[in-house]
Amino acid sequence: MAVKFLASADSAVIVEFGDRADRAISDQVLALGDRVRALAIAGVVEVVPTFRSLMVHYDPLRTSAQDLIAAIEKALASQSVFDRKRRLWRVPICYERDFAPDLESVARATKLATDEVVRLHAGTRYHVYMIGFVPGFPYMGDLADALVLPRRVDPRIHVPPGSVSIATTQTAIYPLDSPGGWHLIGTTPIQLFDVHAEPPALFAPGDAVEFEPIDARAFAQIRAATERRDYRVESTELAA
Amino acid sequence: MTSALKVVAAGLHTTVQDLGRYGYQASGVPVSGALDAFGHRFANRLAGNADNAPTLEILFHGPTLEVQADSVRVAVAGGEAEIELLGDRPLSLGGWRSMVLHRNQVFRVSGLGDAACCYLAVEGGFAVEPCLGSASTYARGGFGGFEGRALQAGDLVPLVRDHASDRAELGLAEPPPSTREQPIRLVLGPQQDYFTDAALERLVREQFSVSKHADRMGMRLDGPTLAHRDSYNIVSDGIATGAIQVPGSGQPILLLVDHQTTGGYPKIATVIAADIPVVGRRKPGDPIRFAAVDVPEAERLRREAEAEFEVLVARLAPVKPVGGLDAARLFDMNLISGVVFDDA
Repeated sequence: MAVKFLASADSAVIVEFGDRADRAISDQVLALGDRVRALAIAGVVEVVPTFRSLMVHYDPLRTSAQDLIAAIEKALASQSVFDRKRRLWRVPICYERDFAPDLESVARATKLATDEVVRLHAGTRYHVYMIGFVPGFPYMGDLADALVLPRRVDPRIHVPPGSVSIATTQTAIYPLDSPGGWHLIGTTPIQLFDVHAEPPALFAPGDAVEFEPIDARAFAQIRAATERRDYRVESTELAA
Repeated sequence: MTSALKVVAAGLHTTVQDLGRYGYQASGVPVSGALDAFGHRFANRLAGNADNAPTLEILFHGPTLEVQADSVRVAVAGGEAEIELLGDRPLSLGGWRSMVLHRNQVFRVSGLGDAACCYLAVEGGFAVEPCLGSASTYARGGFGGFEGRALQAGDLVPLVRDHASDRAELGLAEPPPSTREQPIRLVLGPQQDYFTDAALERLVREQFSVSKHADRMGMRLDGPTLAHRDSYNIVSDGIATGAIQVPGSGQPILLLVDHQTTGGYPKIATVIAADIPVVGRRKPGDPIRFAAVDVPEAERLRREAEAEFEVLVARLAPVKPVGGLDAARLFDMNLISGVVFDDA
């Protein structure tokens, strides 16, 4: 696939693989990100994978866009595969009324029963495309077609941490109290971002996520254990 | 007792910053760091520190601080900011120079002039625990710097050193010229093709100004609106500091150091690395004119800015101590006030 190189002045080179959220594109973005990291190209500050492109931040005092693009072209041509550990996470989620302020409006808008919304949301294995918006916020897709909705007309000023949300073809979890315009259909008691962890975001781009429905009692137990730093989110390594 | 600067009054928004937090944008963590890296680095050079040592970034209105150490060498850099010793008779001790202050002395950073920010460095630096490899405060996320937030009255900001080293004071004969009127250079893109030709032309022909909606995350610009050809939503991609994103309103937002790492609005252009500190010190109401350059020129200008920084550092010359040790002690004891501080 032909890639496009775009410049963000002398701060970053963007390697664009396409213009949409797409699994095949995402896999190419992530593979290039792994290669660029492994090559430790001089002057590269860091790389940020997104839905459709890899942003390569660089130091213009240590390299130039020209040299960087040449190095990236070499990395694109190389067949070597860098083994990145990808994980499958099992995320507990409570879909009960008090934990899901928009579940009914989503059911109305999609002309589905609330149970059916839950069944579709919890019945899909999601791909983590990227982390962005706020620290640790995972963009995960793709939602079942029947759940695809535009963002809310009125964004909220405060979305509580742990809120599980949907909009367009994606589902996400708000790690911190932040503004947000997505539909909130559940809450997870786990912590997605921790500055004392390395890396600080629980999920990495390329990981897979499944939701495991729990009731309010289990929610309270897991949240308490999380606060005591005594809870590990269940995960397994995925075969490459 | 731990040596510290005690915050008597916090100022408008005073935070610990260094040159930024790199390596975590893929986890959604903004880079943060000094809005004006030039001022931050210069303050550190005056204090005798490495460029990345944590400083206090002071926005608009400076804090009042009390020395709780035997002595501390301090320096402020940025605009016309200077250190004012408080007491029976306030005493201006100047900016863009180092000086030693003593236990119980209370000083204020005052008069930023036409700059939005200035930097206070202390010899040895502030003793804050690095968070994700950096001392920079990211207040929205509540981490980094001093307890992840702007300083408040009563805080004790710990110092690495408990007394100033024995060395000559350094200073500039006069502050660097103001950059308030300087055109801001940018490179079009990465999504200039989302905009009409008229919008691209307006961007570099017409004058904008910094609106009152400005913080460390970014500044909304007043002025002409920039029309999209078609759609104003893109599938989210990465954001570089200095990117100018244009939401549906057509009102551009110039993204600064605390900007989010990814976003879904098209970016018409990106300010060149050399000029990021220059926009960082603009404040609401300041004019902004843009001029377009290409990437190789931007890279050349970055090298040139670095050379100019080193020329300015090389111009640092010894200056007299502020009154000398004895005078400072006498001042403390209120035996004299307003001695002739002719170099201040």
